[in-house]
Amino acid sequence: MAEALSEIRHLESPTVDPGEIERFSKIAADWWNPRGKFRPLHKFNPVRLKFIRDVVTVKKGLDANARRPFAGLRLLDIGCGGGLLSEPMARLGAKVVGVDAAERNIKTAKVHAAENRLDIDYRWGAAEVLLDSGEARFDIILNMEVVEHVADVEMFLRACAGLLAPGGVMIVATINRTSKAFALAIVGAERVLRWLPVGTHRYDKLVKPGEARAPLAAEGLDVEGPFGVAYNPLADAWSLSNDSAVNYMLTATRPLSGPAPTS
Amino acid sequence: MADTRTRYDVIVCGGGLSGLTAALACAYAGLEVAVVDALDPAARVAVTFDGRASAVAYANYRMLVRLGVAARLGDDVQRIETILVTDGRAPDGLRRGGPGPAWLRFDADEVADREEGEPLGYMVENRRMRAALLAAAADAEHLDHIAPVAVTAVSFAPGAASVSLADGRALEAALVVGAEGRQSVVRRAMAVREVGWDYPQTGIVATTWSPEPHGGVAHEYFLPSGPFAILPLTGNRASLVWTERAAAAGAAMALDADDFRAEVRRRFGDFLGEVDVEGPRWSHPLGLRVAESFIAPRAVLVGDAARRVHPIAGQGFNLGLKDAAALADVLAEARHVGLDAGGLDVLERYQTWRRFDSLAMAAATDVFNRLYSNDLAPVRFARDVAMAAVNKIPFARRAFARDAGADFGDLPRLLRPL
Repeated sequence: MAEALSEIRHLESPTVDPGEIERFSKIAADWWNPRGKFRPLHKFNPVRLKFIRDVVTVKKGLDANARRPFAGLRLLDIGCGGGLLSEPMARLGAKVVGVDAAERNIKTAKVHAAENRLDIDYRWGAAEVLLDSGEARFDIILNMEVVEHVADVEMFLRACAGLLAPGGVMIVATINRTSKAFALAIVGAERVLRWLPVGTHRYDKLVKPGEARAPLAAEGLDVEGPFGVAYNPLADAWSLSNDSAVNYMLTATRPLSGPAPTS
Repeated sequence: MADTRTRYDVIVCGGGLSGLTAALACAYAGLEVAVVDALDPAARVAVTFDGRASAVAYANYRMLVRLGVAARLGDDVQRIETILVTDGRAPDGLRRGGPGPAWLRFDADEVADREEGEPLGYMVENRRMRAALLAAAADAEHLDHIAPVAVTAVSFAPGAASVSLADGRALEAALVVGAEGRQSVVRRAMAVREVGWDYPQTGIVATTWSPEPHGGVAHEYFLPSGPFAILPLTGNRASLVWTERAAAAGAAMALDADDFRAEVRRRFGDFLGEVDVEGPRWSHPLGLRVAESFIAPRAVLVGDAARRVHPIAGQGFNLGLKDAAALADVLAEARHVGLDAGGLDVLERYQTWRRFDSLAMAAATDVFNRLYSNDLAPVRFARDVAMAAVNKIPFARRAFARDAGADFGDLPRLLRPL
């Protein structure tokens, strides 16, 4: 029933005001322009998408060659933005719920998904709100480039862990708090290369792998990583790396049997 | 099935050599593909449709093997074991033309990256290649061949590209591939211009038969009017590509059969005996064109729609084959991780991969043609010295041969060793 309702909202809301759709369609075009201001995210997307596909396929024992390997799985994309991850996940078969704290992002993502005929349940909200509302648990949670922006890392990650179903997989991607990260991700990316607006990342908000691991482990998840992600300037491409001093990812799995999720 | 279905992953407009190859490669990569062709397949394989033959470099032939095309070519494939590049002796009143003294020789067994037994390349008549591609397309899964029906319009919306057909049907896809050659409807819809120029040369194409076997040797002579290529075909035959100044080419085309044969013999030489001309002759104006962009949102160009180069190096179809392999690779990777096949982020990888190769080839063929299409003594001397020098340096020669074999750079999966 809840699903049916959200589907109706998703289908009807973009048709409410044609002027508004046009406005958000333009913003969506910005989000999805690989030569525009979100170019760094587009460059980063293939490596993290491949990581997600590989990790989830292995952890959940899925068919690695299937066209829609995530078919039937409930997936939560936290901090979904314009839907750069949600849309590929929907194409891989997942039933996607995309959540973002910025209403503008949600409207943008909805318009773009409708244009591309993808059925994605985008909601303006936050992980804590979902948990409190008694939302059904998720098989996959994507927590990508979010923790370095939240007010309370521990509370946020514990809420996310609470939304993970038994056997479910969460992937966390963020930036390490190291001098190298300061040099490359803040000074380099924001001030030298101008990939990101100045002020996108604050050094003191960056998260060390241990700080992300602790709250997830406390919630009973098995945490693996960090897996480094590095930029190769010659190829202008990102790839997995042994160096997790700047960008890194963690995987967290909820055991099939074990402590029940807190809710 | 093909009559009712309207939504695909990829619609290829144009069912010629490059279009069919691109369609087969994309279907092989697991995408749902339609290829739309205005021409009747029966007309495309008729003897009178196209007398040209194409060289297929060894790396590109691997893709034809994987796509099931090579198996359908049967015995219609001639291996090129050696390429002899000669500063040709122009015929004068006293003696015939033919291979000159300074030469550059490429042998198959010199190319280290070639797999055991692979020649430098293969020669296939275009009509045989078309028949094999059509047969492979008819049997391929995930591939609808829609012909004969013209594409009347192509348009792009944020979520899909639409292709309108002359029979009233409207198809949709994430990506439209322009493979219709020089008059590309897709390229126009992309609002992409071409840059380039015409050469004051015409390519005359004919098939010859010689009493002596050619031994799988391809000859290229550089005559003052332009390159003269003898490309081996099966059964002691060869495909002749005779580049001639436009006015002289018109005169040659107007000759009767006996006089035309005499002109061919004057240039060909008699090292394979007295050659005969088989079947009709064709002429093609030559030019260089490169599209300013190979991609736009939901659209991509392959083959001659993307660029047309001078036939001097036999690279026209090879570039189209590499386009198909690179496109299939990029789209397969995108699909694997759920990315939109028509998204610019995906297509930019194709453009980066193919455009440099295209520009390099366009520049190289242009420079070669200008360097060799004249008979000034100092230029002739300099290029003879340069060719002899390259021939003396095994490393340089192998690099040239690998280029001719298309085996350089980051190879798409379809072109890797079998």
